[in-house]
Amino acid sequence: MLHRKINQAMTTGTRPSTGIVCHHCGAECKEAIRSYDAVFCCKGCEMVYGLLHDKGLCDYYLYNDRPGISMQATANSGKFDYLHNADVEQKLLLFRNAGQSHVRFYLPQMHCSSCLFLLENLHRIDPSIIRARVDFVKKEAFIVYDHNEISMSGLACLLASIGYEPYISLSDSDVRNVKKADREKVYKLGIAGFCFANIMMMSLPEYFAGGIEIEQPIRIFLRYAMLGLSLPVVFYSGQEFFVSAWSSLKERYLNIDAPIALAIAITFFRSLYEIFWGTGSGYLDSLSGIIFFMLVGRLLQDQAYKSLSFDRDFRSFFPIAVRWLNGGKVTSKTIEQVEADDVLIILPDEIIPVDGIVSKGKALIDYSFVTGESLPVEVGIGELVYAGGKQTGEKIEVIAVKTVSQSYLTNLWNRNAFKDKSVSRSFIDLLSRHFTLILMVIASLTAAYWLSEGRQDIMWHAVTSVFIIACPCALLLTATFTFGRLMRLYGKNGLYLRHHDVVEHMSEIDHIVFDKTGTLTDHFHNKVVYSGATLTEEEKAIISALAGESSHPLSRAIADHMASGGEIRIESFKNHPGLGIEAWYNDCHYKLGSSAFTGTQSDQQVIATSMVYVSVDGKIRGSFSIRNSYRSGIELLMAKLKGSFKVTVLSGDHEGEKDHLDRLIGPGNQSYFMQGPQQKLEYIKTLQTLGHKVMMIGDGLNDAGALKQSEVGIAVSDSVNNFTPAADGILDGARLVRLPEFMRLAKSGRNIILFTFAVSIVYNIAGLWFAVQGMLSPMVAAILMPLSSLTIIFLTYTLSGIVGRFLKLND
Amino acid sequence: MSALVILLIISLMISGGFLVAFLWSNKDGQFEDQFSAANRILFEEKIKTKNKN
Repeated sequence: MLHRKINQAMTTGTRPSTGIVCHHCGAECKEAIRSYDAVFCCKGCEMVYGLLHDKGLCDYYLYNDRPGISMQATANSGKFDYLHNADVEQKLLLFRNAGQSHVRFYLPQMHCSSCLFLLENLHRIDPSIIRARVDFVKKEAFIVYDHNEISMSGLACLLASIGYEPYISLSDSDVRNVKKADREKVYKLGIAGFCFANIMMMSLPEYFAGGIEIEQPIRIFLRYAMLGLSLPVVFYSGQEFFVSAWSSLKERYLNIDAPIALAIAITFFRSLYEIFWGTGSGYLDSLSGIIFFMLVGRLLQDQAYKSLSFDRDFRSFFPIAVRWLNGGKVTSKTIEQVEADDVLIILPDEIIPVDGIVSKGKALIDYSFVTGESLPVEVGIGELVYAGGKQTGEKIEVIAVKTVSQSYLTNLWNRNAFKDKSVSRSFIDLLSRHFTLILMVIASLTAAYWLSEGRQDIMWHAVTSVFIIACPCALLLTATFTFGRLMRLYGKNGLYLRHHDVVEHMSEIDHIVFDKTGTLTDHFHNKVVYSGATLTEEEKAIISALAGESSHPLSRAIADHMASGGEIRIESFKNHPGLGIEAWYNDCHYKLGSSAFTGTQSDQQVIATSMVYVSVDGKIRGSFSIRNSYRSGIELLMAKLKGSFKVTVLSGDHEGEKDHLDRLIGPGNQSYFMQGPQQKLEYIKTLQTLGHKVMMIGDGLNDAGALKQSEVGIAVSDSVNNFTPAADGILDGARLVRLPEFMRLAKSGRNIILFTFAVSIVYNIAGLWFAVQGMLSPMVAAILMPLSSLTIIFLTYTLSGIVGRFLKLND
Repeated sequence: MSALVILLIISLMISGGFLVAFLWSNKDGQFEDQFSAANRILFEEKIKTKNKN
């Protein structure tokens, strides 16, 4: 996808803009196509409009302004041929009987209500589709179709033809589990809320017992009714606290849930005792209220980005199946079935699934995702190509030399370092341990005092009251609500975190490591710098025309840069693949290409820099150096990070950029080039052994190991729905420059938690004052506990909001 | 039996009804995709009524 976009930008970027936008997709029209009373940017968009127009689906354009997906980059026909393969089809099908098949496709392009309208009206475009139902949050469409009329690949092609190309991947197709856990949480919350409200209502007479006369039988009835209502709260809604506490105790470690479970249990048994012995009404209202608030916090905190996948491994990067040349006939084969010596056909923009030898066609492989090297490599017939590269040139044939599981990329992934992260103890747990200790001390002091007074009856009352009132829920609430709020703030600003723990890890980071290609640099733009003799207008036009004749990415970048197309037509030119291009014009011999081709003595130290030389009649006129352009704002980003963080840049690229980059990241910070995946990983490890907390920001598979090794690994992607390596978070490439604010927000999050916690301690001290004296009445508990919970929720929310606004983050 | 007890039981039954409705709609997946349903209702149905899942 990305690369198709680059190509687009390269081929179309030069033409003057017309200022007209496409009626379908809203893109600026380079050459406006007028038909159906509207203007389109390309044939594709026009075609989709035509189709919708004919089928009476033009409402599509009413619900949103120009909702379409640009069709400038259309998929290859035959891209979904592999869906004819019975194995693949079987994997994707949810259900099939004689007349219909069910399938669920992930359509990352879905973005507005018009998409919803169109996709749910697919049956009007093609009657063989019986119905379609969209899950917008997950960006999935559930489609029921008649497989006697349309095949699954036909369906995929139909979707692609209207702009919603299904994203089908091997690892996604393995999992068909619907997330039940989320629903479970809502059940628990609903029941807790219901019981809490009713218990509160029934407690009212108790609170005002002094004022209103209640008959004893009714009082007892109310108490038992409350008890009945509290059972589901404690044993169903509160279950997870006990489960989590128990599992942490088994590991001989006290997490935040342990003291909470203890407090819930003590409160519950004390209430049972009071109700059965008729001494009071217990603290069931506080108990259920606390559980309810804690569940609300957890639900907010654990909000997931359902349409994003943080765990994708290399398999979701690969196609599901490949075209296999079987005795002159093209069939498809799932990639697990690929064996050595199979001849595979790779179409432009397809990923090479196995290591193999090119047997036909000109291979121009883009390894940027695997190695970080930004420019495509030309591979001749008989040479080796590695899995994970993307063919950017023409159709090629590759003879597999290994199976998928033995290929370089797969091995890369399976290296030792890709182990799970060790569980790091969070500072909340640490805080809770101190808290629990102090609580224990207070409780035992209270017990000792009352024992010495000889008042055993008050002792039990006082000790349990201490636990009830000082329940560490305050701590849990501050943490869950703050993290929940911060996660939301991050999400709105283009940083999607996998888990709330990541916020906490982010607050401890002191060293940030960046990948260069695709992270600091922009995938879409190349920067071309010319040095040498000044070129005349005519020469410029010739060079532009010459470069335009070649499909090599460097030529395209130059053609793009020269920005004057069309005036000169060169009749006789000769393309030397891998070297350059030459032509005769007005009796002059122009050559454009590598130093060897143009006959330059390459005095440059770094030959690997992407240089293109121009010679006229054998004499060198000058050279173009082509490098990635950095994202705008990188300098500012680096300046802001300075002081708070050490910064290192690791690049898989050649060293040509080093001086420029060093200047960019500023003195005292390092950059290393030619870093393979293993070296990046080792570097992170070295930093960690030196005691640094490292954040890695990268984008490719070559960073995958480092992303996992680091305390916080963030994958940068220009389209969040694209493939990203497994990471703790996904960051929208355009928002990379906001990183310093993100880091500061994480740090303030920690302070907010501490501050709010301190406030709740004040409440606790007030409560403990009553508790140690054995004077805790249900009335006091009922006022203090919800009040402290609500204050905490209010405080974390407003404080986080204020910090967010201060850092100028969207809310 | 006092009126209070009867009222209490009635109020529990009514609110219990709402609780069941809530649990049911949660089971149905109503809270999972809040975008689709909210927008689906706004579409004009010109040709035929849409199939309900």
